[in-house]
Order: sequence, then structure tokens, then C-alpha cells
Amino acid sequence: MAMLSVKDLQVYYGMIQAIKGLSFEVNEGEVVALIGANGAGKTTILHTVTGLIPSKEGKIEFQGKDITKAPGHKIVTYGMAHVPEGRRVFANLSVYENLKLGAYTRNDKKEIEDTLKMIYQRFPRLEERKNQMAGTLSGGEQQMLAMGRALMSQPKIILMDEPSMGLSPIFVEEIFKIIQDVAASGTTVLLVEQNAKKALSIANRAYVLETGKIVLEGDANVLMNDESVKKAYLGE
Amino acid sequence: MNLFQSIMEQLLNGLRTGSIYALIALGYSMVYGIAKMINFAHGDVIMVGAYALFMGMTALSLPLPVAIIFTIVVCAVLGIAIEKVAYKPLRNASSLAVLITAIGMSFLLQSLALIIFSATPIPFKSIISMKGIKIAGVDIPGITIITLVVTTAIMVALTLFINKTKAGSAMRAVSEDRGAAALMGINVNRTISMTFAIGSALAAVAGILYICQYQSITPTLGALPGIKAFVAAVLGGIGSIPGAMVGGILLGIVESMSKAYISTELADAIVFGVLVVILLVKPSGLLGKLKAEKV
Ligand SMILES: Nc1ncnc2c1ncn2[C@@H]1O[C@H](COP(=O)(O)OP(=O)(O)OP(=O)(O)O)[C@@H](O)[C@H]1O
Ligand SMILES: [Mg+2]
Repeated sequence: MAMLSVKDLQVYYGMIQAIKGLSFEVNEGEVVALIGANGAGKTTILHTVTGLIPSKEGKIEFQGKDITKAPGHKIVTYGMAHVPEGRRVFANLSVYENLKLGAYTRNDKKEIEDTLKMIYQRFPRLEERKNQMAGTLSGGEQQMLAMGRALMSQPKIILMDEPSMGLSPIFVEEIFKIIQDVAASGTTVLLVEQNAKKALSIANRAYVLETGKIVLEGDANVLMNDESVKKAYLGE
Repeated sequence: MNLFQSIMEQLLNGLRTGSIYALIALGYSMVYGIAKMINFAHGDVIMVGAYALFMGMTALSLPLPVAIIFTIVVCAVLGIAIEKVAYKPLRNASSLAVLITAIGMSFLLQSLALIIFSATPIPFKSIISMKGIKIAGVDIPGITIITLVVTTAIMVALTLFINKTKAGSAMRAVSEDRGAAALMGINVNRTISMTFAIGSALAAVAGILYICQYQSITPTLGALPGIKAFVAAVLGGIGSIPGAMVGGILLGIVESMSKAYISTELADAIVFGVLVVILLVKPSGLLGKLKAEKV
């Protein structure tokens, strides 16, 4: 059984239908990529899954539990973390405070400290800047903070929305390496990217999204060699 | 009495009134920070607090400490109720709709008080019986001492709460980005309720101190301190906690000095003049941050 399963999802913004009935699955241990052009509906899907916007139709299940109507603040307690588009770190809170908020729903003080140490090991820059306001970090550092903050909840699955957006090539490499590390350490990953090439290179499977519908799905390496994908998303 | 003593006494008067404004201004600023709205009914919470204390002491004949706690609880619950009933349904409405609702809520509270208690002022004997002291020839009344001690303690506690506790950082997170806060597992609705409760509890304390000073209770008693504290909050930088404190105290001092040395009639004009000048120089208020509005 899939870890995360989305069935016949439809989402509206007022009268405008952004998601037009789509289904996808993520299995435990997988890295699944969701690719598509601007405005295809990728962010909308993630927001709906984590309860930030309501769905009109469809069903979302996580580990067999129906979370379609679950409020946003409950989602993280089920083991799902979301690194939102544009990072959305709390700019006027320190790096440390941001990370601590990532563990907001956990009560195990000692283990939280251990997780924090792990995050600092993974992102040494964050430790160096722990007392700095998050708003003063560079874009790449903010992306690391957003990821670290999500990992503080010790999620079973992590949803990432365009983690490479606006970053220099060096940071892009670094971020993708970290995503691979996170996946290798046993966390399932659902990755939304416009950088289709990089996303497909680290994903097991992928879905291609066009104006609210899935038009193609399959193994990442198969999609990478698909002519239409090459033409539309890989710039070849 | 020499000039030094006179100035010191006016300064203390200003500090006393100003610290009451500051308590009220904190409510405006905290609510603005988290709900992005001006709660114009906030001043009337002071009035409800005044009547609650009076009823607690007379009709319910509660001992003073219990009556004070009763007053604070009544106001905190009222704050939560106002938000739930009037503002929460308008979360996604235009700010004009919210503004009008807030003004309507203010009139509603005043009208209810008018119906229940009538317009006749109720005399209120100050509950502060402490004797004043004299330092270097300057008289410091007991009410001033109590007011300053109470407000300082509250402001210190509030600052620690907001900056050092988990609930405090959750509040700051919700002020910045509700969606991202929800992703952390923070219950946004509960955090907003909590903010209204704290703001209203501060207004209750301000109300108690205020009627100890003015010794009379009327349905419109909250209007004047309410509007002054609103000015103070804007002066200090709306949304800023230290700003509300500084703004309130500064406003109290300017007001008291103007009354004493310039003219009682002009005092309010001077206060607003100071506001205009400060906003011209620094549009975000003394300690406010001018944030680029997100698009
Ligand atoms: N708050 C909103 N109100 C109205 N329409 C919206 C809103 N957010 C998104 N949309 C519309 O929904 C569609 C999908 O948007 P979404 O942000 O999910 O796309 P995306 O795939 O994440 O795009 P991008 O790659 O640019 O981030 C778009 O047509 C967009 O204009
Ligand atoms: Mg997007």
C-alpha cells in the first residue's frame, strides 16, 4: 500500500479550477518528482495535501489514514513535513528559533536536542548563524533553514516545493545532494521541481503535470528519455 | 514648590498615565501584529473591565484580589468572544469590512453597558489605599507607585513570554506567516484567540488602574484612553511590542507636560501634533519596521 495516496483530487480557487481531478501515489522510501511548467498546479497540490487549502473533491490518504479534511496544523503530527515554495522561513526569528519551531509538536526535550545536533551537522552554516535573524540569511541558506526546520519534526515523508528556485548552481548542487542524503537516511521524498533534469536524476518515479492534470507518469529514467519530456522540460 | 519639584511631579504624572496607555497600546499592537487589524473595540474592553470590577466588589461582594482576577478573566473571555464572533468570520474579508465591524463592536459594547448600567456615572472609590512618599521634596502618590510597579512587572513578564517561551515564539511565527506556522503544527486559531485574551487581560488591568485614577465609571469611559493608546501604538510603531510601551509612556509624558506648562485645552492637539511629526519623519513609528507588503 502506498504511503501517500491522492485520488481524483479537484481544487478550486474561487471559480477557477486549478486541479482537475488527478491521482498519484508515493511509496515508502521513494523519491517521487512532480514536474510541470509554471502554473501547472504543483504548489496547489502540496498545499492541499498539507491542509493549507481545502479540496473540492477527492481523497488524500497518508499511511492508510484519511487526511483529506485534516487541518494544516495536524499534518505534521502524522509525520509529514512541507518545505514550502519560497522557503517561508520566519524572517524576524533567529535561525535557532526557526529550527525549534520545526519541532513544535514534539515534547521529547532531549531527543529534540539530538535532532538539532544532527541538523547542525548536516548544515554547518546554520550552526554558525544560529543567532542570526533568518531574514538576513542568503537565499541558499534560507533554503537550508527551511529544510532543517522541516526535518526537525522527524518526518516520515518530506514534501519539497522547488528547493532549487533562485539558487546559484553551486547551491543547487548542494541542495540536491542534501535531498539525496535525506532520502538515503530513510525519509520518503515528494519533490516538486521546475529543474526537471535534476529532479529526474535523483527521483525513482515522476509525474508530469499540465494545467491541473497528470499527463505522464513513470520511472524517472524512462521519463528522462521520453521524447516529449525531453522537448518540453529538459530543453533538448 | 520649586520648578524641579513641579517638573518631577508632572513627569511622574505623565509616567503614570503613560504606562496605562502603554498597557492598552500593547493590546492594539499585539492584535495588529497577529490579526493585521485594528481592534477598535479594544478601548471598550477597559470599560467592561471597570464595570466587572465594580460588580465583582458590590453585587458579588468578592474580596478585592478575587474581584481583580474576576475582572481579568471577564475581559480575557470577552476578547476571545469578540474575535470569534466578529472578526474570525471576516479573516478573508476586505480590511474595510473588518474596520467597520470593529467600530460596530465598539458601539455594541457601549450600548449594552448603557442598557444595563444607564448613562449615570457610578462613583468608584480607588482600591489603592497605599500612602504616598516624598523623595527630595517630590510627592509620589501611592497610586503612581502601584501603577508603575504593576505596569513594569507586566511589561517585563510579557516581553519574556513573547521572546523566551514556546507559546511566545508560536505567536511571533503566526504574526509573520500563518501558513508556515500551521505547517509547524501551530494551531493558528488558538494562537490568535490567545493573543486577544492576553491583550484584553492587559486592558482589564489598565481599566482597573484607570478608574482608580478617575474614580467614576460610565459606558463611554474606554473611548478616550482607547483612542490615546491607539495613537501611542501607532507612535511607537504598530505591531511592535517595545514600540507600544515607549509610545504609551512618551504620549503620557507629552500630555502631562503640555497640560501643566502649555495649556490644558491644547494638550490633545499637541499630542496629535507629536504623532504627525513623528510619522512624517518615520512613517513606521518609532520602533516599527516598515515591511514591504507581500504581493
Ligand atoms: N491564491 C490563488 N488564487 C487564485 N488562483 C491561484 C492562486 N494560487 C494559484 N492560483 C492559480 O492556480 C494555478 C496553479 O498554481 P500553482 O501555484 O499551483 O502552480 P505551480 O505549478 O506551483 O507553478 P510555479 O511553478 O510557478 O510555482 C495557476 O493558474 C495559478 O494562477
Ligand atoms: Mg509553485
